[in-house]
Amino acid sequence: MAHVGLDNVTKSFGRNRALRNVTLEIEDGQFFVLLGPTGAGKTTTLRLIAGLERVDSGSIQIDHRNVDSWGPAERDVALVLQQYSLYPRYTVRQNLEFPLKPSSRRLPTAEIHARVARAAQILRVEHLLDRKVDALSGGEMQRVAIGRAIVRKPKIFLMDEPLSNLDAKLREALRAELKDLKNRLGATFLFVTHDQVEAMSMADRIAVLNNGRIVQVGTPQDIYGNPRDVFVAGFLGSPAMNLIKADVRNGTAIIVPGQFEMTLRSSVPRHIGLSNGAVTFGIRAEDVHVGDSGPYGAMVHHVENHGVEKIVTLRIDHCLFRATVPAAVRVAIDEPARFDWDQDKMHAFDVQSGRNLSPSNINASDGY
Amino acid sequence: MAEIILRDVEKYFGDNYIIRKLNLTIQAQEFVVLLGPSGCGKTTTLRAIAGLEEIDSGTIMIDGRVVQHLRAAERDIAFVFQMYALYPHLTAFENIAFPLRASRQSRVTVDLRVHEVAKSLDIAHLLRLRPSALSGGDMQRVAIARALVRTHKALLMDEPLGALDAKLREAMRTELKRLHIENRATTIYVTHDQVEAMALADRIAIMNEGVLQQVGDPTEVYQHPANLFVAQFVGSPVMNVSKVAVAAFGGRSILTLGDDDGTFEIATASVPAALRNGTGQAIIGVRPEAVILSLREEARASRFEAHIIEPLGAYDIVDLSLGTQLLRARTSSGLVTKAGTPVWARLDEAQVHFFDKDTGASLRSGDRG
Repeated sequence: MAHVGLDNVTKSFGRNRALRNVTLEIEDGQFFVLLGPTGAGKTTTLRLIAGLERVDSGSIQIDHRNVDSWGPAERDVALVLQQYSLYPRYTVRQNLEFPLKPSSRRLPTAEIHARVARAAQILRVEHLLDRKVDALSGGEMQRVAIGRAIVRKPKIFLMDEPLSNLDAKLREALRAELKDLKNRLGATFLFVTHDQVEAMSMADRIAVLNNGRIVQVGTPQDIYGNPRDVFVAGFLGSPAMNLIKADVRNGTAIIVPGQFEMTLRSSVPRHIGLSNGAVTFGIRAEDVHVGDSGPYGAMVHHVENHGVEKIVTLRIDHCLFRATVPAAVRVAIDEPARFDWDQDKMHAFDVQSGRNLSPSNINASDGY
Repeated sequence: MAEIILRDVEKYFGDNYIIRKLNLTIQAQEFVVLLGPSGCGKTTTLRAIAGLEEIDSGTIMIDGRVVQHLRAAERDIAFVFQMYALYPHLTAFENIAFPLRASRQSRVTVDLRVHEVAKSLDIAHLLRLRPSALSGGDMQRVAIARALVRTHKALLMDEPLGALDAKLREAMRTELKRLHIENRATTIYVTHDQVEAMALADRIAIMNEGVLQQVGDPTEVYQHPANLFVAQFVGSPVMNVSKVAVAAFGGRSILTLGDDDGTFEIATASVPAALRNGTGQAIIGVRPEAVILSLREEARASRFEAHIIEPLGAYDIVDLSLGTQLLRARTSSGLVTKAGTPVWARLDEAQVHFFDKDTGASLRSGDRG
């Protein structure tokens, strides 16, 4: 168990600035997810904490001690990668024992056995202990790779996209298992992914990275419900938040002139930080309601059946946006539909900077 | 645009069947998705239709003509691969124009057709660029444009979005479907991604181990899976399944899941006829949205403990621990906030599935057809 702190960390590779002034605090026992697209700096952050890279400036603390001069072994962290990097010719047991064997650890045999048995039980691979690794499925291999981290009883688990190579069904199952594992071990987990579903479903806290900067840190609900800017709004959620250009004039939002103009309720502009002029609205698909009584009209551009629900793309002139509807609602492509949208769930973003204009966001902002 | 018929198509290596007795008709202008895990035979089927792979027995008909002995070029079919297979030394324009030039079309026709198709795929501004200067999505658009530039009998696509990131894949899905609505080409599309299949298909054909499992429109496949394999392959999160003992007491039946891991009560009318007499053993399947949770005690609901909560923004997935297994429920977001919270669960009777415990085939209740 450990606390991890990054203080104003910057890292460049040649001319490429991978991380810019990253400050982060990961509390003891937290499941912390670094989320962002390829090239955002997630893996670099992880490697810096592991001691596989050195910071250019700033510092890293583990348990409030500066570790910048420490090697990877001294930091007592365990790294689990997307590629399992197991020894294929050895059995699961031998793979699990391996990190405990070096004489420098001087662990008694009984202790090694106990730790392997416990890890195998936690990960439900007891029945596989005497099997060779190359006879295992992908999910089993990834469990063994995690087991090899567990036996060491590290302070911190660092995981770099460990579920990416698995199929959808297995990824779903391992998501829940990892979260459960963290609860049982009580260890600190730092998990890197580009998959927002993984981040949302597992994290106690998420840090969203883009272009080497931290854009927002918060609980999954915070980040989903109050995105700091259009990048976060567009990155989380499936489908992503609808981002729609509009012109606001005296309490009316003109989205498609003459075809889609919305009278704003009097409390809305102050609530979301809206003033007259151009703005980008953000509204989630589940907050756009399709139904015959809706005040606005649109054409159905596309319908995706997702079983439990449908995702409908509505079109008004050149403006496209999505709505989630229950499976039973009848909608057909290229037919008209009525809809409403929930003004209380609407966000307003600055057209230039993309920043969320909500007063609560301005108070919380540090990066802008 | 042509109808494609597969009749008793088989392919094997020694004793190993790649495709087994496959019967499938793809109607003219239809968008059919072949869905299944890797190694299920879907790509082999697609390649066999295209003429890139030979079959060992059976008949393939395109537009009323038996084609299995014809070479690929004679079948008049367009093919889009996952790896775009563009000519790196040619511009996007020349890549798209290639099939037209090969069939010696006039310069004016080539120019006209390339611009027309490029416009519909929104790549008109990229025509002078070489593939190396294009993003993955644009490369795939060029590959699709090349397939569409000539009119073919059918368009076959093998995981065309597989190499793209999640967001782009979502956007391209809409584009592909719109494109199909505009040009109505008979389309066969291969994927292992059930979301893609559900979103795009007029009908889905699900394969496993070379055997066709079910053919139906997305709603049918989702709501009435023919067997356990389909039930668990389609839908996310995956359908909960467990062995179940059914005990009918007149109008009500008690379902005991697993090894006495939890019980639920439903109307006997919702239980398949075969399980209504006294006690029966089967496999039960319940999608997460059919597990209805309440924070208060309710009649006919059973008490469990929330084990893990996965917030997904628009909704949450709550894992209940039932003895040694988990039952996942889909709830409105924020309903259950802490692990360990007691909850009362019942099953939506209209959405409870039963499967034969040996064969995995769906046991439909007489009342639900």
